[in-house]
Amino acid sequence: MRYSAWNIFKQGLTGNKGWTRAWRDATPKADYDIVIVGGGGHGLATAYYLAKEFGLTNVAVVEKGWLGSGNIGRNTTIIRSNYLLEGNQPFYELSLKLWEGLEQDFNYNAMVSQRGILNLIHSDPQRDAFVRRGNAMQLSGADAEILDRDRLKKMCPFLDFENARFPVQGAIWQPRGGTVRHDAVAWGYARGADARGVDIIQNCEVTGFVMDGGACKGVETTRCTIRAEKVAVCVAGSSGRVMDMAGMRLPIESHVLQAFVSEGLKPVIPGVITFGAGHFYVSQSDKGGLVFGGDIDGYNSYAQRGNLPVVEDVCEGGMAIMPMIGRARLLRMWGGLMDMSMDGSPFIDKTHIRGLYFNGGWCYGGFKATPASGFCYAHLLATDRPHETAAQYRLDRFRRGVPINEKGQGAQPNLH
Amino acid sequence: MIIPHPLLGPRDAAEFVYKGDATLIDRPDGLTASDDEMHDYAYLRDNPAGRHRELWYHEQGDRSWLVVTRDTRTHEILKVELARDVARAAGRAR
Repeated sequence: MRYSAWNIFKQGLTGNKGWTRAWRDATPKADYDIVIVGGGGHGLATAYYLAKEFGLTNVAVVEKGWLGSGNIGRNTTIIRSNYLLEGNQPFYELSLKLWEGLEQDFNYNAMVSQRGILNLIHSDPQRDAFVRRGNAMQLSGADAEILDRDRLKKMCPFLDFENARFPVQGAIWQPRGGTVRHDAVAWGYARGADARGVDIIQNCEVTGFVMDGGACKGVETTRCTIRAEKVAVCVAGSSGRVMDMAGMRLPIESHVLQAFVSEGLKPVIPGVITFGAGHFYVSQSDKGGLVFGGDIDGYNSYAQRGNLPVVEDVCEGGMAIMPMIGRARLLRMWGGLMDMSMDGSPFIDKTHIRGLYFNGGWCYGGFKATPASGFCYAHLLATDRPHETAAQYRLDRFRRGVPINEKGQGAQPNLH
Repeated sequence: MIIPHPLLGPRDAAEFVYKGDATLIDRPDGLTASDDEMHDYAYLRDNPAGRHRELWYHEQGDRSWLVVTRDTRTHEILKVELARDVARAAGRAR
């Protein structure tokens, strides 16, 4: 059923009895052309673009829990394309362009809100670095603007401009950045994929790969064996666990990242504000809650919950740059698992095992990448060639000496 | 997390710097190792969900290096050794 104002009107007059479920509860078939492991944002987006852009509909998405139970429902909903490096920025700009047309494209209200993102500047060298980044962004077709102190003050008068350690001198602003309702992204992609014939199978955990003559020919699951020509793993956060079943070691460590939300407040924060120097970023949800976070906890974890030192560190960052936040009460906090890669950049690639494909290593930046990740992964699965914007996201890039290292931290995943 | 330090007793994990998988201390000899060995050492990880042996450096304390065995699913700390003792037991240290 197509969602439209007309349908709301019609259903309203007929007792709202005509609404159907957004996707079927599919029973797994014995074989498919492609099985996608992981029904998170990226997996569902992959299924959607496979069906819509490449006409491949004999596809299944298998998910261990329920749709939206993983990182697609645990992030802080920010979208942006403000990277520096050649291997990254065109990809993230493709993603932002797909976000801009997403709701019309999949006929679902994902509440895409381009309210802008600010990265604060505290020193001359940082301004130079951000000017360089802004130029790189513009070269990729993205938007970027350097705000001086006065313009920033008009936009965010509540910041502590005279902070002794990190005085605020301005910001780099990407007006097209913003936030999106994250659950709706999963639901919209699931509905769009399902309507085109993709089977979405929930509560179906993959327990192994079907290997045949050195090639991957399907997956063993808790429900049945599902054979497929191609198996597309897309389980960032749990990549180590799943790829271990194929005997693969990855350039990835799993870490935990925490996020926080305050009680609902009147509108106060215009867009997204990041205070990188103080490990703190914040936006305000449509319900009024301040949604904020900081750095990862910093040790390997599969626990989906973090520890108190990071809570203290993040709240200190908030207090330092935005002292008024001390009046707000914390409502909830939670954790999600991050695939932290060795250079801070992701992978969308074939593996050395024929028929087995891998998408992961998104660090703490997977949400904004959801549309492009799905699009590029679908491109790879359908054509066996990487999409031009994802051509550098290869698993062998460390062996070849061409990492995509935005921060220049080296093979130290907890520092990216 | 509280790490039971073998010499200092229970210490807050925030005093430590996390240095990753404990196998990172077994660096291959750069002059004799093959490219593949160096690549696998530097970039690939077992990344287990469960028991994980890892290095913690007590930077805000006695500057000792510890080998901590911890369950990555629960954060439960199962065993703590001085990295020095582990190296000696492996016949690696002087």
